[in-house]
Amino acid sequence: MEDLYRRYGKGLTAAFCLLTAFWLLILVILPNLYLFENSFRLYLPISDVGGPKDVYTIRNYLTFLQSPIHVTVFFWTIIYSSIVTFLCFLIAYPLAYYLSKKASPKSLPTIFLLMTVPLWVSEVMRSFAWFIILSLKGPLNIFLIDIGIIEKPIRWMMGFRSVIIGLVYTYVLFMLFPIYNAIQSLDTNQIEAADDLGARWWQIHWRVILPHAKPGIASGSVMVFMLAAGSILVPTLLASTTSRWFTEIIQQWMFESQDWNTGSAYAFLLLILCTVFVTVVMRLFRVKLSDIAK
Amino acid sequence: MSASVELENVCADFGAFRAVDNVSVTIQAGEFFSFLGPSGCGKTTILRMVSGFISPSQGVIRIGGEDMRDARPNQRPTALIFQNLALFPLMPVWENIAFGLEVRGVDKKTRRARAEELLRLVDLPDAADKAVSQLSGGQKQRVAIARALAVEPSVMLLDEPLSALDLKLRQHMRAELRAIQKRTNVTFIYITHDQGEALAMSDRVAVMSQGKLQQVAVPREIYDQPANGFVASFVGENNILSGEIVASEGERGTFRTALGTFSARLGPNLTPTSRLYVRPEHVRLSAEAAGDNSIPVEVTEVAFEGNFISIETRDQNGHRVVSEARNDGKTPIPAIGERLHAVFAAENAVVLADSGDMKAGAH
Repeated sequence: MEDLYRRYGKGLTAAFCLLTAFWLLILVILPNLYLFENSFRLYLPISDVGGPKDVYTIRNYLTFLQSPIHVTVFFWTIIYSSIVTFLCFLIAYPLAYYLSKKASPKSLPTIFLLMTVPLWVSEVMRSFAWFIILSLKGPLNIFLIDIGIIEKPIRWMMGFRSVIIGLVYTYVLFMLFPIYNAIQSLDTNQIEAADDLGARWWQIHWRVILPHAKPGIASGSVMVFMLAAGSILVPTLLASTTSRWFTEIIQQWMFESQDWNTGSAYAFLLLILCTVFVTVVMRLFRVKLSDIAK
Repeated sequence: MSASVELENVCADFGAFRAVDNVSVTIQAGEFFSFLGPSGCGKTTILRMVSGFISPSQGVIRIGGEDMRDARPNQRPTALIFQNLALFPLMPVWENIAFGLEVRGVDKKTRRARAEELLRLVDLPDAADKAVSQLSGGQKQRVAIARALAVEPSVMLLDEPLSALDLKLRQHMRAELRAIQKRTNVTFIYITHDQGEALAMSDRVAVMSQGKLQQVAVPREIYDQPANGFVASFVGENNILSGEIVASEGERGTFRTALGTFSARLGPNLTPTSRLYVRPEHVRLSAEAAGDNSIPVEVTEVAFEGNFISIETRDQNGHRVVSEARNDGKTPIPAIGERLHAVFAAENAVVLADSGDMKAGAH
């Protein structure tokens, strides 16, 4: 703080602090506090608001526990978000390794540009594009039949298939960049030293590169998992009849039932339970929060 | 346990740039062999070719008589010690050392025992469970050596491993490395730009410049009988005088320079661009002119270095002649401006070609 003051003077320091405070207080804490407070109040007719019935209660939270369907949906959301996270890792790790240690530095800007171009299009449009690609008589099936891999078209939009594909596509870059940064900071000599000492390629990855990339993998995984579990567009647009995402239930409470109170309770449950889940997984893999912040 | 390394007409090209140019040399099993040269001379490239990280664009490398053309680094009987050591920071010391055994499927108990044995060999008996970050520079050095020795290589390759250490430690580690080499009898190939290291540790030294071998010889011969001007000026100091040979008779000749005409030895492969080389420690300053080779000079600078005294002088035309005298406690130190004679013996002065193309540099 003092350092900031000495370097930038009174005006700029005040501006920095005010902007940070504005973002944190007005845009993050206050709305959440508002929802938090609401989640403990009942959904009442306007005439009863402020009346004797308007008391703090945990009934909204109990609603969740008392509806097995919602618990099941929540459970599957966690499972499939984990699967999405794992698939993202499977795709991103080899790619990150290739980009940081194998690709020629000259080609990197082009590759990164190509990878980020899809982000120029809105997520809605991209999800719709996948809707078309994955449809029964869509380009993907036609292509696969034409090159002779399959005989009959595959029903992609069944179960959670299309949701998984869409989520992986949408969030894989959030996994790629942290892992890329982590592997890039690994001294190439260490890879060569392991090679020289007789390690085979998978031993080098298992003992040298993966441990070094762990903080990157952890922060990528947390991001992808949280984004996937909290995603609403992709699960809605690429949904099949049997794929229900927990965020869709929150949306239903808020917009269809107009019950913001129960909706808020559900939203907080999602946040808290996901945080608990991530913390447990991080313990399991022995990752510290400070590693991720790096 | 140890193996010979043979390089035959080895070249390395990076695009149009030839980093190693037709190098042929045979390194004996159990030898401590150094490649000495300025940065960019191709010595590290040679090391990386022997260890297998790059393939020669021409030529053959044999280790223990076996052609290494298709052997990957993890299949060669070599162990490389990197300039920055490249220890694995996330493993404790003993796992670092046992890594080569671990990837070969040796069980944990044997690995641990072997690591501790090697730690005793490199004089670090209590470091097994320490983190790499807890070690000092010299200790890291020893761990790197132990890690390389653990895989029982026939050939150890060392890429300037002492360059990151401070002077005292560096000198200590020189003796240590030499002792470890003698104890294990592994062939050591040592890369350095530090002539002191190369001369002090090696059985033989190869001096390199611009991808070519300039001379391969025992340290004493490198210093006392440099094959050409590059070796003479890269290894140790020299007074270098340009001129021409005016008369020659066998190995002796007369050489005319702007500072006078001197008699000197004649080196091999002389060309018209030859020069005369006299080491400062062979130049004596005396009040009287004496012998064939004597230059009247004026003292311009005196540097007292402790164990020796370096005296810079100039002749009447401003040409520089440097003389070095050992300090025996009574050595007189001349005053600046004093007029003296720089005297040197004909057998200590040599006329050398600028740099020779060595044909098949092996001995």
